[in-house]
Amino acid sequence: MTHPRYAIPGSVTPPPATPAASAAAEPAGPPARTVGEVLAQSQVEAVLAELDRDLVGLAPIKARVRDIAALLVIDKLRANFGLEAQSPSLHMCFTGNPGTGKTTVARRMAQILHRLGYVRTGHLVAVTREDLVGQYIGHTAPKTNEVLRKAMGGVLFIDEAYYLYRPENERDYGQEAIELLLQVMENQRDDLVVILAGYKDRMDTFFKSNPGMSSRIAHHLEFPDYSPGELLEIADRMVAGMHYLFGPGAREAFAEYLELRLAQPNFANARSVRNALDRMRLRQASRLFADPGRELSKDDLITLTPADIRASRLFARKPGA
Amino acid sequence: MMTNPTGRLTQGQFSFLPDLTDTEIALQVAYGLRKGYAWSVEYTDDPHPRNTYWEMYGNPMFDLADPAGVLRELTGCRQAFPRHYIRLVAFDSTRGVESIAMSFIVQRPPREPGFQLSRQEVHNRTIRYTIGSYATQDPEGERYGEG
Ligand SMILES: Nc1ncnc2c1ncn2[C@@H]1O[C@H](COP(=O)(O)OP(=O)(O)O)[C@@H](O)[C@H]1O
Ligand SMILES: [Mg+2]
Repeated sequence: MTHPRYAIPGSVTPPPATPAASAAAEPAGPPARTVGEVLAQSQVEAVLAELDRDLVGLAPIKARVRDIAALLVIDKLRANFGLEAQSPSLHMCFTGNPGTGKTTVARRMAQILHRLGYVRTGHLVAVTREDLVGQYIGHTAPKTNEVLRKAMGGVLFIDEAYYLYRPENERDYGQEAIELLLQVMENQRDDLVVILAGYKDRMDTFFKSNPGMSSRIAHHLEFPDYSPGELLEIADRMVAGMHYLFGPGAREAFAEYLELRLAQPNFANARSVRNALDRMRLRQASRLFADPGRELSKDDLITLTPADIRASRLFARKPGA
Repeated sequence: MMTNPTGRLTQGQFSFLPDLTDTEIALQVAYGLRKGYAWSVEYTDDPHPRNTYWEMYGNPMFDLADPAGVLRELTGCRQAFPRHYIRLVAFDSTRGVESIAMSFIVQRPPREPGFQLSRQEVHNRTIRYTIGSYATQDPEGERYGEG
C-alpha cells in the first residue's frame, strides 16, 4: 500500500485559511470614515483628555502629542480607503531636564499608540544603559535582546540614551546595543516603538555621532522646565493625591521653599517637588510621634503645617528666618 | 502496512496537523502568555521519543507581554539550526505546578526518515522490541543532510 487513506499532514492538502488570525486584526463594525469615528472606536480621546487634565503645564508637549495622534488617526482613515502608506515611523526622542515629565508622558504615549492599534499591548519598559550593555565580551547582545523581547508589543523607553555611546572608548560595548536597537527599530516597526530620553544638549551630541539613530527618530519633543507657579500647582496635586492638606500658611511656606530650592544646584523640577513633599511628610510624622499621649484627629493626620516646611535646612541658611 | 508513511515525528501538540504558520504559532504563544507561561525555544537532531531534554536555545523567557519576542528568538534558532527539529515549550511556574504546560514542534528537517523497529530474541523465545531513528545513525550535527 503506497497511499494511506487519510490525508498526509503537510503534503498535498491545501493549507486551511486562518480565519482566527485575520479576524483578530479586523476592527469591530464598519470601517471608520470620520475623525470622530476613529476617535470613538479607539477611545484615544479619553487618554488625550486625561493627559490634559492630569499634567500641569506642558502646553507645547500636549499640542505635539495631539498632533501625533491626529496624524495616526488620519493614517487610519486613509488605510480604510485602501490608501497604502508605509507604516509610519513612531520612534521618538523626549528631551528636557530631570523631572519635567518625560517618563510620565511616555507612559501616556504608549496608551495612545495602543488604542490606535500601533502597538499591540501598550505597556512601557523603561531602561538605562546598565540594562542593555554588558560587562564583558558576548554579554551585551543577550542583555539587549532580553530587553527587546520584554518590550515587544509596547514601548521601549531608554532614559539617558546618550550613555550608550562612549566615544572615548572605541571598544565600548554600547555600540553593539545601539546596532541591535537600530535593526529592530528599522525592521520591526510593528512590534516595537522606541522612545529615547535625556538632556537636550547631550542628546544632540549623541545624534551627531549616531546618524543612523537620528534618522530613525520621527518625532522630537522638547520638555520645558516648569515655572514656579506650575511647580506649586504640581505640589497641590501631589498633596491631594497623597491625601494630605496644606494647613493655614503652609502653601505660602512651600512657595517660599520652592523659590529657595530653585536657586540651588540639581533642581529636578516635579521630582524635587515630590521629594520635598516626602520629607515634609516625614517631619509631620515625627512631630506627631513626639507627642505620644495626644489623641490624633483626622485633621491632625492629614495637615502639613508651615513648621513642617520651614524646618528645611534651606530656611536655616536664610538670615533672620 | 505502513502506519506512518510520512515518517513525520509526532510528539507534543498539533503534530498530526500540517505545520503551523508563523501567525498560528504567534496565536498559540499569545495564548500561553495570557496564561502566564514562560516560553522557551529548544532544538535537537535526535528525535527519539525518550530524548526528553532537547538543547535549550537561550534561557526560558519570563515576563514577556507579546509573542513577537518569542518569534524573534525562534527566528534566531531557525537561522542557527536550519535542519534541526525545533519546538516551543511553555513552562507554568505556578507554585505547585512547576511543569510544562504546552509543547509543539515549529520546525522539522526537510526529510524525516522515521524509525526502525528492531526485535531482539532473548530467552524462551521472548522478543524485545526497540526503536531507533534512522537519522541518528549519522553523527550528531551531520544528520538530515547537513554539509
Ligand atoms: N506636569 C506634571 N503634572 C503633575 N505631575 C508631574 C508633571 N510632570 C511630572 N510630574 C511628576 O513628577 C515626577 C517625575 O516625573 P518624570 O516623568 O519621572 O520626569 P522625567 O522622566 O522627565 O525625569 C513624577 O512623579 C510625575 O508624576
Ligand atoms: Mg524619568
